[in-house]
This record gives sequence, C-alpha cells and structure tokens, in this order.
Amino acid sequence: MSHLLAAARARILSLNFWKKWLWIIVRFVLIVGLSFVILYPILKKISTAIKDRADLYSPIVVWIPENFSLDNFRQAIRVMDYWETLLNTFTLAGMTTVLTAISCALAGYGFARLKFKGSNVLFACVVLTILVPPTTILIPMYLNLKDFSLFGLIPLFNGGKPVNLLNSYWPFVLTSMTAVSYKAGLFIFIFRQFFRGIPKEIEEAAYVDGAGVTKTFTHIMLPNAIPAIITVCLFSFVWQWNDSFFTTTYLTSSKVMSTQLSSLPHNLQVQLTAGVSQEDPFYLSMVQDTGILLAILPLIIIYLFVQRYFVESVERTGIVG
Amino acid sequence: MWGVVYVLPWLIGFILFFLIPLINSLRFSFSKVESNANGLQVQFIGMDNYINALTVNTSFNRTLVESIIDMVVNVPLIVIFSLFLAVLLNQKFRGRGIARAIFFLPVILASGVIATLETESLIEALNAENQTGSFISGLRSFELQRMMLEAGVNESIVMYLTGAVDRIYDIVSQSGVQILIFLAGIQTISPHLYEAAKIEGATGYEAFWKITFPMVSPLILVNVIYTIIDSFGNNETTALIREVGFTNFNFGLSSAMAWLYFAAVALILLISTYIISKRVFYYD
Repeated sequence: MSHLLAAARARILSLNFWKKWLWIIVRFVLIVGLSFVILYPILKKISTAIKDRADLYSPIVVWIPENFSLDNFRQAIRVMDYWETLLNTFTLAGMTTVLTAISCALAGYGFARLKFKGSNVLFACVVLTILVPPTTILIPMYLNLKDFSLFGLIPLFNGGKPVNLLNSYWPFVLTSMTAVSYKAGLFIFIFRQFFRGIPKEIEEAAYVDGAGVTKTFTHIMLPNAIPAIITVCLFSFVWQWNDSFFTTTYLTSSKVMSTQLSSLPHNLQVQLTAGVSQEDPFYLSMVQDTGILLAILPLIIIYLFVQRYFVESVERTGIVG
Repeated sequence: MWGVVYVLPWLIGFILFFLIPLINSLRFSFSKVESNANGLQVQFIGMDNYINALTVNTSFNRTLVESIIDMVVNVPLIVIFSLFLAVLLNQKFRGRGIARAIFFLPVILASGVIATLETESLIEALNAENQTGSFISGLRSFELQRMMLEAGVNESIVMYLTGAVDRIYDIVSQSGVQILIFLAGIQTISPHLYEAAKIEGATGYEAFWKITFPMVSPLILVNVIYTIIDSFGNNETTALIREVGFTNFNFGLSSAMAWLYFAAVALILLISTYIISKRVFYYD
C-alpha cells in the first residue's frame, strides 16, 4: 500500500516538475522575444547608421554593412548642429526638470499633509489638469504668451506693452515653476501619494523636537521621498527632451533636439542640393534615423546609470496609493 | 495655513496657465476670432464653429472617429498586456534586472517626436520590404490566425487578437508606464496572502485570479485612465486641431474642435470609469 502511495506521489511531483519547467521555458521565450521586439528598432538604427549610402539598396546587406562608413553621423551632426542642440536641449530639459520637481513636491506635500479648507476641491482641479487634453488650451496659451501681461502687471513697468515670451525659454520656466508644465498634474499626484505613505509619527516627532513646517519638509520628508523624486525627475526630463508638442509651438527658432530632428531631412535636402533638385528620400530618411540615434543616445546613457535606482524606486513610489 | 503656502505656486500656475486659457478656449469656440493690428477681436457667433467642425470640415468627423476607435481598441490590449508582463517581471528568474531595464526602455524612447518619426521612417519601411522570411516576419500572425479559425473561435475575436500580434511593437512601446504601475501595485500585496493560498493548495493560476487580480484591480482603473490620457499627445485629431489653429489661423474653429474632442474623451473616461469601478475590489 505504502509503495503505491509513494509511486503516485512521485508521479504528481514529476508532473509539477514538468509544469514548472514548461512555464520557465515559456517565460524565457516570451521575455527574450519581447525584449527583441523592443530592441529591434534600435539595433536596426545602429546598423543603418553605419551603412554607406551604396548599401542602402543592396539586397545582400541586412545587418552588417558591406561598406562601413561614418558619413551618416557626420551629416547628421552637421545638419542638426548637434553639439549646440545638445547643449540647448540639456539646458532646457534640466531646467524644467529641477523646477518641476520642486514645485510639484511642494504642491504634493501640501495636498497630502497640510490640509486646509478647500484643499480637496483644489486637488480635484489637479486631476482636471490631467484630464483636459493639452490641445484644448493650446491656442489661448499661445496668445497669452505672445502678449504676456501677468494680469496687466507687466505693462505698468515697461510703458504699457505686454512682452512676447514666444521663442524664449520663459514659457517653459514659468509653467514648470508653477507646476503646470507637461504632465505636471501626474507628478503632483505621484508626490501626494508618496507623502501620504510616509508614517505620520516621523513628522510628529519632528514637530515635537521643535522643527517648523519648512524644516520638517526639507530635512525629514524630502530625504525620505528620494524614490519619488527620482521617478519624477526622470519622467520630466525625458518627456521634455522628446517633446515636440510644446517646443514646436513655443520655441520655433531655437535649436533643440525635437525640432531639429523633425526638420532634419528638409535641412539636409536644402544643404545638399541647394533646394533645386530632389535628393533621394531614402537617403534623407537614413540620415534622419542616424539623427534619432544621436538624439536618444544621451537619454540611453543617463538611463543606464539611473535605471537601477529608477526601477527600485518606482516599486516603492506608491503611485498605487 | 501652511498648506496654502505650499500649494500656492501650483495655484498661481493653475489660474494663469490653465483656468484662464480654458475659459478663453471655450469663449473662442463660440466666436469668430480675428487677429489684427489692434490685437485680438473676438466676436460672438454662437454654435457656428461647432456646426462647421461637424458638417463642413471634411476631415474632422473621420479623424475624430478614427482616433476614438484606436483608443477603444488599444486601451484594453495595453492594460491586459502590461498586467501580464508585470506579473511576469515580478517573478524571480535569472536576468530579471536586465529584462526590467529593457521593458522600461520604451518609457524613454517611445514618447514625443521620436515615436512620431518612427512611424514615418522610410528606412523602416524599406527594411520591412527587404526581409520577408527573416525572423521578424516569423512574428506575423498568419499561422496563428488559421489555427484559431480552425479551432472555431469567433472570427472578429480572432481578427482582434491577431491584429494585436501584428501591432505588438506599438503595444509594448506604449505600456512602459503601465507595467511600472502594476509592478508597484503587485509589490505592495502582502506575501502572507500567497503563503496562505499555497498552504490551502492553490495553484499559481488560482493565486493570480483570487489574489493578484482583485488586489491590483484599482490599478486597472488608474491604468485605463492613464492610457487614454497618454494617447492625447500623439494622434491624428491633435494634429488636425493644431493644423487648423496654426496653419490656417482659424482659432475659433480649432477651439471648437478641441472642445468636441475633449467632450468625446471625457465621455469615454466617464463610461470606462463607471464600468470598471463597479467591479473594482478595495482591500480596506
């Protein structure tokens, strides 16, 4: 009797064993396959970027180019004015990131812990800013920034003329200082959820020890909120870096990555043929792909450094609530 | 008292850069807006812009409907897919760190101008032409489609699923943030629940449907809303509204279109929130 039982148990065990291994194999295939799908366009771009023009139509070249060349990089760097563009984009994205993080952290903390009369109504307004498509307010924003008067205050100081803020970094500075830049509502939401998750006792202990609200915030709450800060900074930086929606509206003449990238084929065409004849569109696209690669390269480098903290921190961010 | 101080920067921004533009946009949508040497002239004309957008403008109706259908088709796929991947990435296996790093890469790469250029790239099209029979075309769903149809699955469901396989890159690249949200949610579930389930003899499958799924169900709502909002940045309707506003300088018509778009999106948000929140399970 007992050996029958033992045999039956062994069979179940082996069935479980097989199920476990089958799952491991399926999981492995899925993860590798999907990773490949994600990495494929990047790999393809790298392969395109190092190709010579002659390889473009060659049917034997799939991944490794026959004629290796860095000419695409040279063209893209020259046409995009890469180094200057890189510096500009870095300045713009860095500036908005810092300002957005500060203003959203303040607002998030205010909504999470410093409840006041009407704070729930105001928080509903934050949610409203998330829900309204940016397109809806784009035109009034544009007109507002074109003749910026700050409730009619500015004309009082410079002789009755509103200032034109378009084509400067001011629209980005002002909106990120006041926590209404791109997706800032989401960042306020993240900070609020995070601050709500920090135990109240820590805060009370600080108050008992005689710290004021400001000191508690800067010395106790902010150091504890580093995961949320990293998440918000990375998102904000990346979205500003890649943004074409606002940059093409507010910042038409300045050289930043997204505008340079979308006008790259046109600019190259003009430079190569002096605008007279048609340059091969596939060649233009090839250089543009190289341009995209150059544009995302800094982001990938940053990501490689922060991704560990980022992934860990998101797990503890409590976007969840 | 201090609360007001902390919220003040946002409040100024909200009034100056959100509320006033929002009201102005609504006003423009009911007006004929002309910009001349004396500044902006806004003349009330009633519903004309709305009627114009819906009946006269040749492409608005079609674009709006297409954008909405895209949204309705993609949102469930993205949410289900990202939940599945979050569960997968939460398990312990070798190379998990690398897998996570790769899966969150689209958060960085698939936003804004790069995503737009990606879809227009001629090189990508050329590559696709050049290599029928290589690995990537093995990913196509032809065989799968035949198999499922023979197995007697409803045709429209088959088309939906195989369509999803063909658009796998779009779906993967749009689900980075959603995976993060689900992953964060799964990590907050107490391990005791799983232990208890295991002692009771629950399989991994049962544990998912009885524990993981109900526990993350509030996040399904969050993710549905996020996915809908995320599609604002990059779609045809947005492009059309911008074109009417900034290329044709018809601010009134453009505002009316923007409000119709907002109304449509708000309606979808309301319906999906209503449906999902009736089923959501809250632990506490």
